[in-house]
Amino acid sequence: MRAPQPRRPSDGDAAPVEAVAPLPPVATASPVAGRARRSWIGVARPLTRRRYGALTLLSFLLPLGLWAAVSYLPFLWHPLVEVTNPGDVAWMEPGMRVPRAAFSEEVAAAQGTASPEGRPANPVYLPAPHEVAVAFWTALTAPPPQRDTIWLPASLWHSIQIIVWGFTISSVVGVPLGVLCGAQPTIARLTEPVIEFVRYLPAPAFGALMVAILGIYDGPKIAIIVIGTFFQQVLVIANTTRRVDPLLVEAALTMGSRNLRLIRRVIVPAVLPQIYRDQRILLGWAWTYLIVAELIGTSSGITFFITQQARYQHFDNVYAAILVIGLVGIATDIALALIGRRLFPYVMGEA
Amino acid sequence: MSAPAAIALPVEACDYRTQCEPVRARFERLKARDVALRVEGLGKVFRNAEGAETVALRGIDLVTHRREFLCVVGPSGCGKSTFVRILAGLETKSSGTVSVGGVPVSGPGADRGMVFQGYTLFPWLTVKRNVAFGLEENGESRHVAEREAAQWLALIGLERFADAYPHQLSGGMKQRVAIARALAMRPRILLMDEPFSALDTQSRARMQAYLIEIWRKIDITIVFITHDLDEAVTLADRILVLKAHPGEVEELIEVPVPRPRHPGQSLTPEFRATRARLDALIHPSEAEADGPADLGGLDMVTRMASVGDEVE
Repeated sequence: MRAPQPRRPSDGDAAPVEAVAPLPPVATASPVAGRARRSWIGVARPLTRRRYGALTLLSFLLPLGLWAAVSYLPFLWHPLVEVTNPGDVAWMEPGMRVPRAAFSEEVAAAQGTASPEGRPANPVYLPAPHEVAVAFWTALTAPPPQRDTIWLPASLWHSIQIIVWGFTISSVVGVPLGVLCGAQPTIARLTEPVIEFVRYLPAPAFGALMVAILGIYDGPKIAIIVIGTFFQQVLVIANTTRRVDPLLVEAALTMGSRNLRLIRRVIVPAVLPQIYRDQRILLGWAWTYLIVAELIGTSSGITFFITQQARYQHFDNVYAAILVIGLVGIATDIALALIGRRLFPYVMGEA
Repeated sequence: MSAPAAIALPVEACDYRTQCEPVRARFERLKARDVALRVEGLGKVFRNAEGAETVALRGIDLVTHRREFLCVVGPSGCGKSTFVRILAGLETKSSGTVSVGGVPVSGPGADRGMVFQGYTLFPWLTVKRNVAFGLEENGESRHVAEREAAQWLALIGLERFADAYPHQLSGGMKQRVAIARALAMRPRILLMDEPFSALDTQSRARMQAYLIEIWRKIDITIVFITHDLDEAVTLADRILVLKAHPGEVEELIEVPVPRPRHPGQSLTPEFRATRARLDALIHPSEAEADGPADLGGLDMVTRMASVGDEVE
């Protein structure tokens, strides 16, 4: 190997055969070429097990840490002062939260009279993590203090029932119709344009109509979830079904499979893992419709609990209830993912 | 059939049309058999969305006999895949007739098995259930179908993998199961669309030997698409050579290489003559295929390396 230094007199023994144009040597033309520059973006490689777990934990701890910092560090935010001792200020009461400016005005004005005392506080709608944790625990374990309020587990159970009914009714019709649309272009063209249109009609807009038809109790709530889920479901499942490997279908055709048998024995099994995954995502959407659905007719379920607690300014309970929804959602999803892995062992590398 | 007869041929006189006595006798016997597949005036025109037409196949005539091994070769774009898909009934034809055992083809049917280029085993079924699939689709009970599938797996030597899933098999094993699955329906014709092209060279040679072995033992006619010319000469009784744009029959070559075939034959004069003929038909001249070769000799690339830093 010799250093790439061109046109040294010793290099060419006779009249040097020059390059057509005097090109700079390769090494200096791109000085970066030799140095390995690390790229953060590339083909995604799976993380190591430890790092995977640590990052998962961190993704929850980071927002929690932020929340704790804002709650417990008095110099962060805390725009209000919670009065501990009103002193001689007539309009103040213990526990009252007043703007910091108003409080210091009163302190300055208290010439000779007892000045009020207080500590920095956040607005009432931002309780500290430990308050929410306590509320969470009491809401789940102890019956409610007031007789007219409902117990969180009871309201949650009612909500879950609404979701399960709505999602089941939607799936019983939506999944077969979606598969049929995905497998047969004529049926797809006949149904999908109108479904595409209805999909854009907001489900809550049907609330009043559903109450008129189905009464004020659970009927309209289930209906809203069905309306919110069904149309998306047909389109999503149809698109998934269309992605079936055409070679599998052709192989089955050459072996004599036809029509419904072809759908049942080849197309559905071929896309079932993806349909299962779609259903997991759609179930998440059904939860988002729940809150609106439960406000229709007589308020019920977890939404009733939330609105009622918010009215009493029990925001710790409100957060507890929202957390419960999140926990139920993620627990369901993890459970379904684990079940899916057992159901479809041949799908490698898919959760 | 004896190899010495072939070696006796003088090399310089070896024409690919010259057949030694056993080979000639074999072809006579072959042609005396019933017609398995008859193709007459087959044409296929593709029409794209703008209405422009592309002639993929035109005026294909072909007769194959029972238990013949036919290979189809041709340059890319000659429509050989379209041809076999029409035979399978997966593609419609624009003109002409195709009949299998005297019955006109209209759509896919159990009388024609197909092995595809890609892996088409059903991933959710075990190997045994994959092989049993076609039988069940044609009305056999699950019990009977599985028992028969087990026999087919024994035939291809994969009975140990009966309860494995396709993703646990190697590429060659997958294609063997695919062959067994197609054969289990007892088709008259086995259509194979470049089935070994995804395999490495060694597995491919092994699979060719397997296929010949299966073909010898079972009453089956094979139509085998390939772009590998050596593979065609190794396997085929006759080779249908297509030409591109439009896809028409260029020649139907009777392979003069005696049977039984073995790897050593690739150096015999018959083999090389046939191979040379295929090369001449499919790559008429390299210059024409790659555009004008006369670009000023070797000086067409500007020098970008240092003078004196030569590699040659």
